[in-house]
Amino acid sequence: MNLNLKVWRQKDAKSDGRLVDIEARNIPEDCSFLEMLDIVNEDLLGKGEEPIAFDHDCREGICGTCSLTIDGVPHGPSETTTCQLYMRKFKDGDTIYVEPFRARPFPILRDLVVDRSAFDRIQQAGGFITARTGSAVDGNTLPIGKPIADAAMEAAACIGCGACVAACPNASAMLFVGAKVSHLALLPQGQAERTSRALKMVRTMDEEGFGNCSNYLECEAVCPAEIPASVISRLNREYAKASVKDTVS
Amino acid sequence: MNPILRFCSSSIGRKWIVALTGLVLFGFVIGHLIGNLQIFLGSPEPINRYGAFLQGLGELLWAIRFFLLAMLVLHIVFTVKLRAESRAARPVNYAVTNRRATSPAARWMLLSGIMVFCFIVFHLLHFTAQVPAVNGLGQNFETLHDAQGRHDVYRMMVLGFSNPAASAFYVVAVALLALHLNHGIMSMFQTLGLNSGKVRPLWEKGGPAVAWLIFLGYASIPVAILTGIVK
Ligand code: FES
Repeated sequence: MNLNLKVWRQKDAKSDGRLVDIEARNIPEDCSFLEMLDIVNEDLLGKGEEPIAFDHDCREGICGTCSLTIDGVPHGPSETTTCQLYMRKFKDGDTIYVEPFRARPFPILRDLVVDRSAFDRIQQAGGFITARTGSAVDGNTLPIGKPIADAAMEAAACIGCGACVAACPNASAMLFVGAKVSHLALLPQGQAERTSRALKMVRTMDEEGFGNCSNYLECEAVCPAEIPASVISRLNREYAKASVKDTVS
Repeated sequence: MNPILRFCSSSIGRKWIVALTGLVLFGFVIGHLIGNLQIFLGSPEPINRYGAFLQGLGELLWAIRFFLLAMLVLHIVFTVKLRAESRAARPVNYAVTNRRATSPAARWMLLSGIMVFCFIVFHLLHFTAQVPAVNGLGQNFETLHDAQGRHDVYRMMVLGFSNPAASAFYVVAVALLALHLNHGIMSMFQTLGLNSGKVRPLWEKGGPAVAWLIFLGYASIPVAILTGIVK
């Protein structure tokens, strides 16, 4: 199949970018969106032009490195990640807009590559538990009810790709932070730092310059890990509780 | 930093303030509706007595008014702040946007809010301050008294809504209010941390249902007056 791509090209973080028309020729239906870009890049290299820079790593939908906003939807029309989006979702002759994840806290480094280290800093602010290292404890020494385990697991599925921020009309990171805070707030291991975690992660999120959720629910609609928006509700609750605890204790 | 100040300057703290003030205003919308629906009780007596009761509260009435006004101001101020931050969070817009989940009510939240605010100003001038120039009838509502010498709220409403332009404006305004609540109710429970997989359908379906009831309740008054059901 042949496609007309409109790709965001930007030389570096300081330059202005713009959408550039690029043709994708002879694309097999069974290749992934990233493989399609690989083919396009081979073409570009053959012509002596700069290849399109884009993020990728595992290419099997688990690492959260791939990004791209395709026709206005982060990760495009796939249920999962861009690396798991196959070209059979498109038709021959389609025009496809390929833009980076857009948010001030995700500065564009080059073309479609954005710096998502803001997420790392939020995570480092409190998205962990302090535990003794050494040999692993026996399984089942700490009983956890099935509903709690399921809810924690659901939140833990977040791969930190940033599609929630990219999809949110407010560029809010609350689905991401909600997932991280929920995951650990639900489990017994997360209790020791529960209060400080909520406070610190939210503060870092705010300092990084993310927007504020107004419950459009776009995040949940694009999340490749199917994190539900109820984690944001839990985050709101956790943060308020933590603020009260911190005030009175 | 002082924990209270920190809360009020955080994204989530501000959202809480918008939700809590929204909750108070929502409560007022319900109470106000129930009060006004007394016009359907067949005689001017109940609503005039209710009006006199409210007036009889004296200073307390003013305290309630100031409290509600403060809630409204906080609701607006914090929303504006939140919006401004969100705008700054995406300096370069997408060439193509493709919303998958946003409801029309959510999308028009700011506009419906602004319109409702304008309406509140008009409404207060119309029926609370009773400025004659606003009602379009050249009538001074303050001169209306019933047989017991109480302010005749019933006549004021019938007269006020006998002006089709005023009635039409009211219906449009309460439609916008209902649109605002359509997203607002669900949003409020979400922000107050009361949403989960289990109760979510309740807010998402119940919120719009309540918003519709509010619209029908408020709109029924001018419609009933214009059609002569209430006279
Ligand atoms: S490249 Fe790892 S999830 Fe797509």
